[in-house]
Amino acid sequence: MGNGTSIGRVRGLGSAHAGVKHWWHQRLTAGSNLLLVTWLVVSLFRLPLWNYKALVLWLSSPWASVPLILAVISVFYHLRLGLQVVIEDYQHDFTRVIAIVLLNFYAIGGAALAIYAILKVAFQGAIA
Amino acid sequence: MARNSQRPLSPHLTIWKWGPHMLVSILHRATGTALAIGGGVLLVWWLVALAGGEASYARFVDLMTSDSTGRLNWLPTLVMVGLTWSFLQHLCSGVRHLLLDTGAGYELKINKAGAVATLAVSILLTLLIWVPIFYRGAL
Repeated sequence: MGNGTSIGRVRGLGSAHAGVKHWWHQRLTAGSNLLLVTWLVVSLFRLPLWNYKALVLWLSSPWASVPLILAVISVFYHLRLGLQVVIEDYQHDFTRVIAIVLLNFYAIGGAALAIYAILKVAFQGAIA
Repeated sequence: MARNSQRPLSPHLTIWKWGPHMLVSILHRATGTALAIGGGVLLVWWLVALAGGEASYARFVDLMTSDSTGRLNWLPTLVMVGLTWSFLQHLCSGVRHLLLDTGAGYELKINKAGAVATLAVSILLTLLIWVPIFYRGAL
């Protein structure tokens, strides 16, 4: 492994100096997941889940839609960090790059879809 | 990474006697992956179905629970039970990891007890959630 030598850096070996941030954000989002997803699970148990109108009414309140958006951001960021570690353990070279790109598409695309859907329901519910 | 196949490898998974801590460790990764893909897709699907209006949400609910004849869709039910246990196992195991990060709980007996506890709590809570749902026929 390149240990900080010039040629090592050119070849992309050695530390990328992003490991501590990754490690810390994984724990940080673990904490925010703990709060936000527990809130979501408790909320879902208190709601009539099969009832469309009740769910729209629930999401029309900022006290439901905003924590749900935060939960989506926290969960998708956490899963992006987590799956990155899994990919880096089992995939090497070219397939690793492809897998990481696909993971980023999934994490950002999934979160964007979820947030758009939450906002659409929230704003519709406020009008209705 | 180039590897010389003539060189010996360090002792790996197959050589160690399995213990609860090893099971919980790999389950953290397995349940995390299941939640990231299965749970993530299902969460987005649920929200998009809800955003699509009343008819689109009704189709989602029918698919996830019982069809119009009242027959239970067993595959989505199995997925939901599996994701419930995965979530609880990942949650308990994650809290255990946060405690281990502080440097606590590495003594052999405490470490083993902690690993077994995550399994016991996740299985117990999964039963507490799903047995009443099946009992009341709420799906």
